[in-house]
Formats: sequence, structure tokens, C-alpha cells
Amino acid sequence: MKHVDEYRDGELARGIARRITAEAQPERDYRFMEFCGGHTHAISRYGVEDLLPENIRMIHGPGCPVCVLPMGRIDDAIKLAARPEVTLCTYADLMRVPASGGTSLMKAKADGADIRMVYSTLDAIAIAEKEPDREVVFFAIGFETTTPPTALAIRLAQKKRLRNFSIFCNHVITPAAMQAILETNEGVAIEGFVGPAHVSTVIGMSPYRRFATDYHKPVVIAGFEPLDVIQAVLMLVRQINEGRSDIENQYRRAVTETGNGRAIDEMAEIFELRESFEWRGLGEIPRSALRLREKYAQFDAEQRFGVVTSPARDNPACECGAILRGAKRPQDCKLFGTACTPETPMGSCMVSSEGSCAAHWAYGRFRQLERRKAS
Amino acid sequence: MNKHEPMGRKLDLRNGRVDLSHGSGGRAMARLIADVFHAAFDNDWLRAGNDQAAFDIAAGRMVMTTDGYVVSPLFFPGGDIGKLSVHGTINDIAMAGARPLHMSASFIIEEGFPLADLCRIAQSMGEASRAAGVPIITGDTKVVERGKADGVFVSTACVGVAPAGLELSGDKARPGDTILLSGSIGDHGVAVMSKRENLSFETEVLSDTAALHELVAVMVEAAGPAIRLMRDPTRGGLAATLNEIAHQSKVGAHVEESAIPVAPQVAAACELLGLDPLFVANEGKLVAVVAAEAADSLLAVMRAHPLGRGSARIGEIVADEHGFVQMTTRFGGGRIVDWLSGEQLPRIC
Repeated sequence: MKHVDEYRDGELARGIARRITAEAQPERDYRFMEFCGGHTHAISRYGVEDLLPENIRMIHGPGCPVCVLPMGRIDDAIKLAARPEVTLCTYADLMRVPASGGTSLMKAKADGADIRMVYSTLDAIAIAEKEPDREVVFFAIGFETTTPPTALAIRLAQKKRLRNFSIFCNHVITPAAMQAILETNEGVAIEGFVGPAHVSTVIGMSPYRRFATDYHKPVVIAGFEPLDVIQAVLMLVRQINEGRSDIENQYRRAVTETGNGRAIDEMAEIFELRESFEWRGLGEIPRSALRLREKYAQFDAEQRFGVVTSPARDNPACECGAILRGAKRPQDCKLFGTACTPETPMGSCMVSSEGSCAAHWAYGRFRQLERRKAS
Repeated sequence: MNKHEPMGRKLDLRNGRVDLSHGSGGRAMARLIADVFHAAFDNDWLRAGNDQAAFDIAAGRMVMTTDGYVVSPLFFPGGDIGKLSVHGTINDIAMAGARPLHMSASFIIEEGFPLADLCRIAQSMGEASRAAGVPIITGDTKVVERGKADGVFVSTACVGVAPAGLELSGDKARPGDTILLSGSIGDHGVAVMSKRENLSFETEVLSDTAALHELVAVMVEAAGPAIRLMRDPTRGGLAATLNEIAHQSKVGAHVEESAIPVAPQVAAACELLGLDPLFVANEGKLVAVVAAEAADSLLAVMRAHPLGRGSARIGEIVADEHGFVQMTTRFGGGRIVDWLSGEQLPRIC
């Protein structure tokens, strides 16, 4: 397949892997966080770790919007959907995320709530147009990648004068989360980041500068193909060996220094920063999420329906928080593979296919057994 | 009423719709069955008009199966729910190495369903069953109120006979056995998805729906008991089938990604939607686990049959107490091929 197969070429990958092994200094450990769930997925699905030397450890970061959404916000969505006049439109990944009291959007749907899975914001707009008597609420989540389509939906709703469309805004900001991870005392020491792919096509490279200048951490922005990831690892190893901390762009075919100006302007026009927002596993992070600006308040489901988020506690045995911070690995959690599996997820890392627990369960858990056998 | 019209007025098959009277057991229902189903399936057993059909069978092991079809949309590139309900059930019989003999068909129809669509489905079933040589000899019709079904649900059952002494079963795979696949994967699932209301995209991919019993017959003739088991990788795709085999036989499996055929258009559609073709449904493919020494000759026999032209050796059964299906990726790494959790859905970003 043109433009795909060339990024999955095993021969090329083995060549890069040999260079990584040759250049990685055997006396030291390299710990890199891939921020995006897309990278985690690619690493697991293509077995990238099998090609890396033992002293390079990939830490799976919190870059999956489903994983970092706190339970209280799922509770809010369920409460919204329970209103008789509301049709809640959601991306399917969210359906199985556990909410308080063992419920979920999927269970709420089975109980009779009008919850519909959509594939894009435009599907939600279409429902609002088709069913003017329903209050259509789009459950908006995601990083800077999915924020522009939500902005587009607001624009369209405005243009079409839709009075029955609103969004429940849960959009979050990538650099704020990366900063929070570096500042937490409970994580592991991370020496560099494989930077977000799709997010960076929107925001460009410049928002990561401070990680190089203030925190002295190299960031290599990489695509989601396995060759992209392994090449980014080589670039990070070289930076570390040379004592550099630069922002480098492996994903030149899609990412520019300044990003997509039109998308950035549109986001700035429609959204503003919240003072603070809770991230699952990371707690409250200042200026890390978006809400609608006052002039678009009519499209804000939180204002329209008076949503007040109550704090909700995850299962205390669930280690999603520590896993999202890189402090623990999925297999370190007592629930992993016992009470918590993709069929019976206790925490968000197991729910989303891009979550680190789900990726480890679905693609990599045999390695753990092989290692145990070997030792 | 005209005495020559014992079943009441003719149906308007072009513009009419199914209503509750068509399921009431009265004249309207008799008319529907005669004009739509008997017309499409036409055979002596149906014409006899009994609530069951009697037939003789040859000696051997009786094999029976039943299956329900609730596909959406009902019509998709390369097929429809009718054809699928014939092929799918025949294939379940064929996977036992058996020759399918007769089928039944049951319909649950939603009030308001267009008669033209029902005719189209019935005719498609009639054609598929005649082409396969497996007549539909008895059936049932129910009509439910609007909103209580999704257009039409079809259930079919089939009986067949397997040669005496041939006992293919999911628990018979042994370490060292070879895994063969009869062709490219994912065609059916991608064809259906391409027509889903909220996911439509242009593609030339046609469903691979087909009755596999003729292919199975030549395989059984060529390799007989060297074939441990056969299975058609329908819902859950190749991944589910391999996991089922590993689970039932208490073994593991090892497959090579580069050996698994995937049509370029299917690979491209899956890429676009963030799906893995290993989990996408097939309706005209089979997986066979066969003793290693018989694998080469069986592969040649499969490739000589029109429905097995794309056959490939994709891996082998291994000893593994955990029952993992492992795959060497095209990229050179290793991974598990796990059961699908929930439905495979396009990713958010």
C-alpha cells in the first residue's frame, strides 16, 4: 500500500534497530515516554519493543483522551443522557468507560437513555437537524486533534441556527499534561519524549520549546507508523548521548514549525482555557483544558443544563493513575489480567484500545510470561 | 371472494409493504408465503404445504446447525442478508466435512417492510440455495410491530451428512499441525461497512460470501482424516477463529503476518478506519488445520478450486499452556493476536 507499507518495512527497521543498539551506551538506561496512545498502539501492534535493546524502556504516557477523562465527567454525561429531552452523541470508545457505581454509558443506554454512537461531529449535527424536538448534546473529548472538528460543529450549528445542539466540552491540551508529568514527584525520571503526531500537525512544534529550554528534555515529534517510532527512538538516543535537548521533527511529512494556522485561529476564536481541569490519574492540572467562550454559551451543555461535576473516586486498587504517570507498568497493577481485562475493565487504561493496559493485554502479555520463564 | 383466489387479493410486490396481517396466520399470510417465499424457493417439499418436510438420508454422521442473520445494511456490495443466510449456514455444515442436504428458513419481518425488498431477499436466497444444491424445504414467517425489529431478521437451519469415520472438531489441533487459509481476509466486513449509514465510503470491495461445501468436498477427498478441523472465520474474523481453536484444543498458534493474504483495497479501507483486518468478518473463507505431512498436497488441491485460489499456509499449531495466538509482524516484531474485546470500532483520532 503506497505511503503505508514503506513505513512498515521490517528490513529498514532492523537496520535502524542495529544502529540504536550500536549507539545506546550499555552502561546506562534510556527511558522515553511516548505521549500518544497512537504510539503505544503502534509499538504494541508491530512489536517494536522486540527490536529495541534491553536498556531502552518505553513508558506509555497519558496521550489517550479516553484514558485521562475523569470518572466524574462520565457521571456527568450519564446524568445528561438520563434527561428525557436529551440525545447524547458520543464516540464509541467512551461507551464502556466505567463510571461511578459500576455503571457506564453502555449500561445507561441499555437502561433506556438515548445515547447514540457517532463517528464525527457532523453526525451529531445531522441528528440535531433531523430531530428538532430533541436536545442533541455532543460529548466532545480529545486533544488538539479533535478540537478543530468540534469548533467546526459549533460554526455549523451557528450557521444553521440550530437551537437544539450543544457540546459537553472535555477537550484537553497536550503540552500542559506533558509539563504536569515532568513536575510530578511520583513518576519515573523521563529522559525524552516521542512527541505527539496528529496533535502536532495542528499545533506545530513551537509549543514544545519549553521542554527543551526549561526542563532540558528532548522531544522528537514522530508519526504513528512503526518506522516513525523506531527512528524517533534513535534520534532521542543520539540527543541524550550528545547531551542535547532539542525539539526535532521526525514527522516532517505532516508537521511544520507553526502548525495549522487556520485550525489554531478557529480554536482560539471558539474556546478558552479553563483555570483548571481534572485529569484521570494526574489530578488537577492548571490551564490544561478548554471550554466554550461566553459568546458561544448557547452551545455549552454545561451552562444549558447546569452541569455541576461531583468528584468521583476510582477503584482504589486500580493503578491507572500511576501507569499514566509512567510510575508503574500495566503488569504492576494487581487488577491487571485478573479483575481488570478488556471485557471487565476497572480502569480507563484498559477501556480504550489505545490505553497502555489494553495494548499490553491485547498484544504484549506473552512477553511477561516469556521473561518469567527465562528468569 | 372469488373462489379461484382462496388466498385473497394479490400482493402489490412492487410498492406494497408488510403489515401485521401478513403474520396473522390468515389468508394474507398464506398469500405472502406463496407469492414471496414459495415462488423464490420453489421445490416439491414446499409445494406439499406441510409444517415440516420429510426426506431420506444416506448413511453417515448427521450434522445439523442453525444460525440467525441480523446484518445491517440488508443489501451490500456482493450480497445481501438472504444470500448470506444460505451460505453461512451451509458453511457451518461444510466445516464438519459434511455434505449439506436441506435447509429451513425463518423470517421475522418488521411491519412496514417493503415487499419489493422482501422479494429481493427471498429470490437471492432461492438462487443461492439452488446454486449450492441445498433446497430450502420448510420455514416460518412472523411479522412484528414497527420498531420491534430492524427490517427483517432471517434464521436458517441446515442438515447434512459427513462421511463415516470423519470427525473434524475444534479440539483436534496438535502441535506441529499446519494452518491453511483459503484466501484473502476482510472482504465481507469491509463491503458491509462501506454501506453503513454513518460510515459510507467508496470502495470496490465485494463481500466474499460463498458456499464452501464443494471446496470442502475436494479437500476431504484429498486429505480425509489428515484434516484435523475446519472453521469459517466469520464474526470476529481470523483472530477469533484461531483463538477458538487454541482454546478448544489447548494449544497455541503461531502465524506470520506476511503470509496472510489481504486485498490491497481491504488493507486500505482498514487503514483508513483504524481497523485490523484480522478481526474483520469473512463469509467465503475457511481455515483448515492439517497434519504437517499433508499440508503441501492439500494446499495444491485448495488452490486448484475456484474458491481456494488464494489459499496460503499461514502458520502452525504450537504447544502453549496459555493458549496464545502469536504473530510475527511484517515489521519483524512479535505480538499476540487476541480475541476481539467488544466491537471493533474506528478510533477517535
